[in-house]
Amino acid sequence: MADLSTQYMGLPLKNPLVASSSPLTESVDNIRRLEDMGIAAVVLPSLFEEQLTLESAVLDEDLWRGAEEFAEATTYLPDLSTYNTGPDGYLELIRRAKHSVAIPVIASLNGVTPSGWVRYAKHIEQAGADALELNIYTIATDPLRSGADLEEDCCELVHQVKTSVRIPVAVKLSPYYSSLTHMAKRLDHAGADALVLFNRFYQPDFDIEGLEVVPRLHLSHPEELLPRLHWVAIIFGHIKGNLAVTGGVHSALDVVKCVMAGASVAMMASAPLENGVRFIHRVHQDLEHWLEEHEYESMRQMLGSMSHRAVPDPAAFQRGNYMKVLSSYALRLR
Amino acid sequence: MAKPMVILDGNEAAAAVAYRLSEVIAIYPITPSSPMGELADQWKEEGKANLWGAVPLVVEMQSEGGAAGALHGALQAGALGTTFTSSQGLLLMIPNMYKIAGELTPAVIHVAARAVATHALSIFGDHSDVMGARQTGFALLASNSVQEATDLALVAHAATLEARIPFLHFFDGFRTSHELNKIHPLSDADLGAVVSGEHVRLHRERALSPDRPVLRGTAQNPDVFFQAREAVNAYYRACPAIVQDVMDRFARQTGRHYHLFDYVGAADAERVVVVMGSAAGAVEETVEWLAARGEKVGVLKVRLFRPFDLDAFAQALPRTVQSIAVLDRTKEPGSIGEPLYLDVVTGLMETRRTARVIGGRYGLSSKEFTPAMAKAVFDELKKDAPQNHFTVGIQDDVTHTSLAYDPAFVTEGAKTVRALFYGLGSDGTVGANKNSIKIIGEETPNHAQGYFVYDSKKAGSVTVSHLRFGPDPIRSAYLIERASFIGCHQFQFLERMDVLSRAESGAIFLLNAPFGAGEVWEQLPRKVQEQILGKKLRLFVIDAYTVAREAGMGRRINTIMQTCFFAISGILPREEAVKAIKGAIEHTYGKRGEAVLQKNYAAVDRTLAHLFEVKVPEKITAHFDVLPAVPERAPAFVRGVLGQIVAGLGDELPVSAMPPDGTFPTGTAKWEKRNIAQEIPVWDEVLCIQCGKCVLVCPHAVIRAKVYDSSQLASAPEGFKTAKPRWREFETLRYTLQVAPEDCTGCALCVEVCPAKSKSVAKYKAINMAPQAPLREPESKNWEFFLALPELARERLSLGQVKDVQLLEPLFEFSGACAGCGETPYIKLMTQLFGDRLLIANATGCSSIYGGNLPTTPYTTNLQGRGPAWSNSLFEDNAEFGLGMRLAVDHQAEYARHLVKKLAGEIGEELVRRILNADQSREEGINEQRERVADLRRRLAGKESAEVRDLLAVADSLLRKSVWIVGGDGWAYDIGAGGLDHVLGTGMNVNMLVLDTEVYSNTGGQMSKATPRGAVAKFAAGGKQTAKKDLAMEAISYGNVYVARVAMGGGDTHTVKAFLEAEAHPGPSLIIAYSHCIAHGYDMMFGINQQKAAVLSGYWPLIRYNPGLRAEGRNPFQLDSKAPSIPLKQYAYQEARYTMLARSNPEAAAELLQMAQEDVARRWRVYSNRAALQMPPRPGEKSPAAGEAPTAVPAGTKEGEE
Repeated sequence: MADLSTQYMGLPLKNPLVASSSPLTESVDNIRRLEDMGIAAVVLPSLFEEQLTLESAVLDEDLWRGAEEFAEATTYLPDLSTYNTGPDGYLELIRRAKHSVAIPVIASLNGVTPSGWVRYAKHIEQAGADALELNIYTIATDPLRSGADLEEDCCELVHQVKTSVRIPVAVKLSPYYSSLTHMAKRLDHAGADALVLFNRFYQPDFDIEGLEVVPRLHLSHPEELLPRLHWVAIIFGHIKGNLAVTGGVHSALDVVKCVMAGASVAMMASAPLENGVRFIHRVHQDLEHWLEEHEYESMRQMLGSMSHRAVPDPAAFQRGNYMKVLSSYALRLR
Repeated sequence: MAKPMVILDGNEAAAAVAYRLSEVIAIYPITPSSPMGELADQWKEEGKANLWGAVPLVVEMQSEGGAAGALHGALQAGALGTTFTSSQGLLLMIPNMYKIAGELTPAVIHVAARAVATHALSIFGDHSDVMGARQTGFALLASNSVQEATDLALVAHAATLEARIPFLHFFDGFRTSHELNKIHPLSDADLGAVVSGEHVRLHRERALSPDRPVLRGTAQNPDVFFQAREAVNAYYRACPAIVQDVMDRFARQTGRHYHLFDYVGAADAERVVVVMGSAAGAVEETVEWLAARGEKVGVLKVRLFRPFDLDAFAQALPRTVQSIAVLDRTKEPGSIGEPLYLDVVTGLMETRRTARVIGGRYGLSSKEFTPAMAKAVFDELKKDAPQNHFTVGIQDDVTHTSLAYDPAFVTEGAKTVRALFYGLGSDGTVGANKNSIKIIGEETPNHAQGYFVYDSKKAGSVTVSHLRFGPDPIRSAYLIERASFIGCHQFQFLERMDVLSRAESGAIFLLNAPFGAGEVWEQLPRKVQEQILGKKLRLFVIDAYTVAREAGMGRRINTIMQTCFFAISGILPREEAVKAIKGAIEHTYGKRGEAVLQKNYAAVDRTLAHLFEVKVPEKITAHFDVLPAVPERAPAFVRGVLGQIVAGLGDELPVSAMPPDGTFPTGTAKWEKRNIAQEIPVWDEVLCIQCGKCVLVCPHAVIRAKVYDSSQLASAPEGFKTAKPRWREFETLRYTLQVAPEDCTGCALCVEVCPAKSKSVAKYKAINMAPQAPLREPESKNWEFFLALPELARERLSLGQVKDVQLLEPLFEFSGACAGCGETPYIKLMTQLFGDRLLIANATGCSSIYGGNLPTTPYTTNLQGRGPAWSNSLFEDNAEFGLGMRLAVDHQAEYARHLVKKLAGEIGEELVRRILNADQSREEGINEQRERVADLRRRLAGKESAEVRDLLAVADSLLRKSVWIVGGDGWAYDIGAGGLDHVLGTGMNVNMLVLDTEVYSNTGGQMSKATPRGAVAKFAAGGKQTAKKDLAMEAISYGNVYVARVAMGGGDTHTVKAFLEAEAHPGPSLIIAYSHCIAHGYDMMFGINQQKAAVLSGYWPLIRYNPGLRAEGRNPFQLDSKAPSIPLKQYAYQEARYTMLARSNPEAAAELLQMAQEDVARRWRVYSNRAALQMPPRPGEKSPAAGEAPTAVPAGTKEGEE
């Protein structure tokens, strides 16, 4: 039987299948079932600093509204002993997950303020997470801030978090960088132990009858895998840290492609959400079969085997597809 | 070691003892005692143990009568029990109180004493409730202060066990129940030392038990009842000594020594005042002031009023007393004198003491009682012929009972600092001042007192905080009259009220103003400038709203103004003060999260840089002055009486100004221009599709539409907007949607419901909010012009269409309801549809407060002078009250018909025939009948026979009247449920409108049986465990009751139709109206969205059950909303009442949500099956039509299965 094991940020994993940050990993029961089905590590849903801030503000507003305005009703809601407005609920999830499974538990954090990122990263480490994934994504709406400014902030942030915690830190990236490879390199320098490609976001959709903006998040499609493979294949070898693919991984073949491109792990969320947790078991089995059928001894053997360094025509990664489609032989001859 | 002193109010002080000495606590909300029940429920939820280490069981009942019943049962079965109540609540407990006392059962009822409703309801304090219960056999023990409320609570609980006589422990509602004061709390050790464990065990041994069965509550006959009744005498005789013994034991434990009667004053006093309750503080201060000047005066404070101990009374009263004034805080019309007076007179006679005794009334409904009034009483006692049965504190210019007093007389020492703060409820002034009192009282050696006065409006209400602190204990249980610090937290108050009238010379005046130190003077009204110069005030300004905005605090300026107060007053060094304020912020808001703390801290840190002292000029420069409270053109009664109340001068009104029977004119709210909205809606006549939704949902009737002839526009003010009507039949006319700028509360419900959006800029609608200030003057002119436009004839409109309903004149406007209220749109609709022939019986609650609380009230009249006639009886009896109205109206109509027939010769046969046979089922028919009655009046004019005069007196009853019984869910589901059910069962033609907010909104959101499963409410802090009662199905079970469940936001046309059908139904009708509420915990601007979501989720299925359809062979049960299309969570988790639980206890919340979702599914199955039932064929018909009795029921879904 082929050896499926891999290493991700220094964590030994029994295979490259990782449950991505999603509603699936919100419950310890699900995490346990994922482990049973063969998942090698889980990434918890993100702790959103902005959400904590907003929830705190909303709660405050709700309790405030109407209070001390009328002699008969100086408040309108009972005063409860706790509202769990801080990160406690999330930290408890880490603790309970760690207590329940043997596989590594990777926490995920989306901060807003520099102090928030560091503070919550420390809390997460103390709660026992094996690693931390930084879910860095802000919509750049300020026309006065350049891409360079934002990238600088991002790298500084990673540096600060890395110097504050001892657990490995991954950075989950969006594809929207002018020079993703350069950015990857900078993050690598800043200390990131892995880069996760790519984040998927809620996208505002329009309700053209009601003239309203409606946020939507669809489950991923297999075709979303391609840009990820593309960028992993390009970045592989340029950085010391590991790479991970998330988004569009829907089968064992997709996992193979990820690893061949250079990813140490392939993360899945939409496929098990759509097909149930048992689907992981099938992917695991298929992966084993595929390796055996193709006479691979181990996953490590294929790591980066189709990266830009390893393919006969690296230009395939360097040009737009339409060029290749129009005159693919010509390109190859060059 | 003694516990450190703490700041508490009277309710918490009493509840802290009652909770720890009880095992079963039966509760029901009523102002001002509700907080005691709320605390008990909260402590239970927190798992706080009583003295014996167990957590008491706390149960909310359906009424105070129910609470007393549950208490009685718990006592019988051996538990230590208590309850809390006030006013009407205590009256409802009286039957059980006789039983509990008659059976010699130890128990304590804690009462925040409050006025009993007579000519009017009052939530404020006096002794009319406890005096109404003095005959029940309960012992009555009075606390005069917050400290005493905790001390004597313990005495009551300890003494009842030993005496076996139940105790009513009372203190003055609001004045003591809501006053913050620095007190010594009682520890468990204190409780344990005073309560006799042996007597606790004896009580338990008397419990009903099948192991040692006895029978209690027999029926007795003339032979023995009397003797048995006298058998209790020994217990009552022994009781006073037991109480004194407990008081002595308490003194040994705590050092505070009370007596049955406590005398203070000269040992050789000649003049003594006898008093009970918080007024004792003012009398005591006066006694000390007079005694220091050599006057031989004293005060006897009655603590144990029942059983009245003659010996203790005689011993406490100095032998030298020559004249006594007894002060009663109650009124017994027709009696020789009030209760305490009668007891004192009798007591003197029975103890063979001679002294001249006079009695007087004071302080009804929390009327101020000050040392000046106390001095007037002592002065009266000096007279050769002092006035008996006097009043003090008012000017009685009718029966001349009142004593004159000198308001300039004050006793307060220079060592006590007195500060007054004027704020809005919404700006957080009261909350900050409560924190200030805690800081001063708990972090400095000072004593401190805080008392808070609110106005009667629920939107834009003004609060006045009275803070005293100083080195000596503060017992001044009256409002501050001379303040050394005045804080005005809202600049606009300066043009509305006299905030500086109580400033003493040289006082500090802190003003929140949107102007800098160099500009503010020019912005002050003339009167304010006069007062600042005349009283030599030091003026400080801060632009607190700017600081708040910069700190992310929105419009909350509480901590900013608090920081200014500490900085200027110098109570603490600035750094210490800032630290203490931040500590208080953490204590108050810490649970709400780090972000909230940080923004509050930021506000504190930014404050001092924005605080400036103003260099006050030497002369008055103002060219404007304060505004009159109501306009000069208002009717005389409004100007002379209501306007005075609006101006804060109600205390000055004499008896002659007040209607003796509580009858007031309607249509007065329009004279009180409150200008509370920061932003108001502005109409875009081009975008508007004239759907009428904004008019329908406006809670305050400030957005209205008219269609009128274009010729009317000739005199229109410049800028008056108009559009072509979007009705085919009115196309030649003009349409205007107009906003009342000074009456709008700025809730923005109208904007949220507006469906017309700009095609170029999606956020721009046909109505948009804009700042009020620049619009105030031009839009006021437009509003006046709009009001003068004629109303469109109602017969030209289709009343079932929302679009047409907007053109019906509302006869309910500008109420004091919350901004965005979910109830008032339904009431307004009711007045639009039936207002000119409407009688309303209104249950006590929100709708009676915003509907009928002085100074001004919202029900109004149309141009013909007709409009709703409104009355509030009680909380519990509203259905019966409305039924009585119906019976009267019907009987008068019948009598009128009888006279019409009898006088046919004088009226004319044809008119008589048409009057008697009139079809008044529709509005046209009613209007025709109105003309006939007018004709009848004309024909009978000048005729003088008794029968003609009788007919003319009742002729209006020939017009069909619409009787509506209106109230909230507390009434309909709980306290009034029995009456509601009975009235439905009578089959009489009454209409009931249940404004279902799913909690007791008026008293602050306590759980009712309408509260949904999974929502938190007061008394259900852990989330309501059971499902909401299906009141609709209960009513439907009668078969002849019209029932509708409506939600304006889920179906506005459905709502309008339901109102019309209910009114047209010749029997009883019931409309249950989803009313979003501030107690649901979200911005009420989204109320209509939530109503829609409630319907979409299936939580609030829209139904109509119309018995009239049966005659048409149709199923009376109509399910008018679609099957649930969104999960319950999507609706519920927009509201804090649900999400609070999800935050505090996620597992419980998830479980309750799951169960609630199942409730939705189950109810939907029942409803949809019932709606699908087939009717049996009617006689003569071959095929089945829709109907009630099932002929084919889908398998597994038979009715009744659920």
